[in-house]
Amino acid sequence: MSEVLLEARNIGKRFGGVQALKDVSLTIRPREIYGLIGPNGAGKTTLFNVFTGLYPRDGGEVLLNGKPLSLESPHTVAAAGIARTFQNIRLFNNMTAIENVMVGRHVRTKAGVFGAILHTRAERAEEAAIRRRAEELLHYVGIADRAHSLARHLSYGDQRRLEIARALATDPILLALDEPAAGMNATETVALRALIEGLRNDGLTVLLIEHDVKLVMGLCDRVAVLEYGQKIAEDVPEVVRANPKVIEAYLGTSAH
Amino acid sequence: MMNPLKTLSRREKLGLLLIAGTLLVLPFMLATVGTAWVRITNFAVLFVLLSLGLNIVVGFAGLLDLGYIAFFAVGAYVYGLLASPHFGIHLPFWVILPIGAAVAGLAGAILGAPTLRLRGDYLAIVTLGFGEIVRIFMNNLSNPINLTNGPKGINRIDHFQIGNVNFAGTDTFFGLNFSGPIKYYYFLLVVLMAVIIINRRLKHSRIGRAWVAIREDEVAAKAAGINTRNIKLLAFSMGATFGGVAGGMFAAIQGFVSPESFILNESIMVLAMVVLGGMGNIWGVIAGAVLLSFMPEVLRYTVEPVQHALFGKMLIDPEVLRMLIFGFALVLTMRFRPAGLWPEALHRREMTENRT
Repeated sequence: MSEVLLEARNIGKRFGGVQALKDVSLTIRPREIYGLIGPNGAGKTTLFNVFTGLYPRDGGEVLLNGKPLSLESPHTVAAAGIARTFQNIRLFNNMTAIENVMVGRHVRTKAGVFGAILHTRAERAEEAAIRRRAEELLHYVGIADRAHSLARHLSYGDQRRLEIARALATDPILLALDEPAAGMNATETVALRALIEGLRNDGLTVLLIEHDVKLVMGLCDRVAVLEYGQKIAEDVPEVVRANPKVIEAYLGTSAH
Repeated sequence: MMNPLKTLSRREKLGLLLIAGTLLVLPFMLATVGTAWVRITNFAVLFVLLSLGLNIVVGFAGLLDLGYIAFFAVGAYVYGLLASPHFGIHLPFWVILPIGAAVAGLAGAILGAPTLRLRGDYLAIVTLGFGEIVRIFMNNLSNPINLTNGPKGINRIDHFQIGNVNFAGTDTFFGLNFSGPIKYYYFLLVVLMAVIIINRRLKHSRIGRAWVAIREDEVAAKAAGINTRNIKLLAFSMGATFGGVAGGMFAAIQGFVSPESFILNESIMVLAMVVLGGMGNIWGVIAGAVLLSFMPEVLRYTVEPVQHALFGKMLIDPEVLRMLIFGFALVLTMRFRPAGLWPEALHRREMTENRT
């Protein structure tokens, strides 16, 4: 068996009478782009929210680098090294782009109230380092020129990039992107694809939910398919594409 | 961050110098009109301090707090109990003010803890209740042990004393007469400077960014790795600390505290100052507080003569007119400048445009 970065075992989640996730298990290997697809309502985002501590799970466990991951709250997950973006972009709209990214450094820095009030040497050094790192990341995702614009004044594509930069600021080992290409035009999607590939080449592991099947099949190393809260396939894109269950889930049952 | 004075243009420096000069000679100018105006100014500065404290909670962290005056009350009672004949304790002010700040900060955290999951309207109702609870406690904690002296309040509270200088009487320095209120004015000015600096430093710090992030989008803030529980408690606690310091000085200036100084109206007034001025922006909040503190006093002194001159008699009581104008001003502000007179984003845009 090859190396495993994240392993989810029998994840279950129920909303009232709806079984949103049922015994979902999956393994993500280091430095791969792992795609999660499925029809609307299949439970992709729910699984994401469980992984990132936003929803409490009803069963199962998640191991990160072989160690059990506490899914108690989102900030412990972020501290453990999983960063995420949201399907409908969630930025701090009235903060500038660079401030958004600087917030992402929160979990890796430690200056407190007294450091800030006394403006200690350590606090100033840390603050300068935060700003430098944020500048680097804005440059990395290609929006360095918008650093001092308010997040809400950025174009849609740039907002997506900013959200990724903020997630990267937490120094993640796994970056989880929830439909990053949603609402993007063809040019923006191509640029996004290059960005995600770049991230992987720089050593990051990426978990990707995506509706754009072409993007997923072209970009991902392995793909899992969810339907009605259950995993129906998990393999390299070529195998998944040929899987009859997957074809059925997407195209419906053929007439017999 | 660079030294802020270096980034200012010559015009801004001149402006700052003018403001500083005015603030320094202000009490003597006011004293020629009447010592009452120096007192009024002192209360205005107290309200500025309160507004800056509440601004941390409401403006930065976006947590609507309708019981903020409770922390003012806590600070005032701590001072009253530790520097009056009530218990026969007479500690110096520089010992009590930090104690008051700490107790108020603790009260802030205690209030914050049960409200962490609440937002918006629900949070407002719980904090409103907390403010009333504190006031009612102070009203009733005279039995069986007389802790607060109930509705009668605490009398004959000590004035500040620095060395041989007591803030009760008049002293002469450099040939100028410093009355009690004038001495308090300068003390308040020093505290105000400190509070402004602290506020600015907090705002541009890791903690300040976390507060604003929570205000902007709590879910995203969590996902970005912020422990929202701790950071929210910190906001409540920091805001309360400012309230506690202001309360201690209020007790000393008044020489008397009673529960009726800490009614819901006062909380709403401080909130109105923050909202009118521009939530989150320190200078806007200061402007709002100064405006709303002076307005009723100016009305008090002008409404009567104006009405006598116009109609020959009093038609509307100044107090009624005050609420009328106050309400009208708020409605107009919300209609035409919903983010306040001097909101944060506008301010920032001006700054960045200057920079690039």
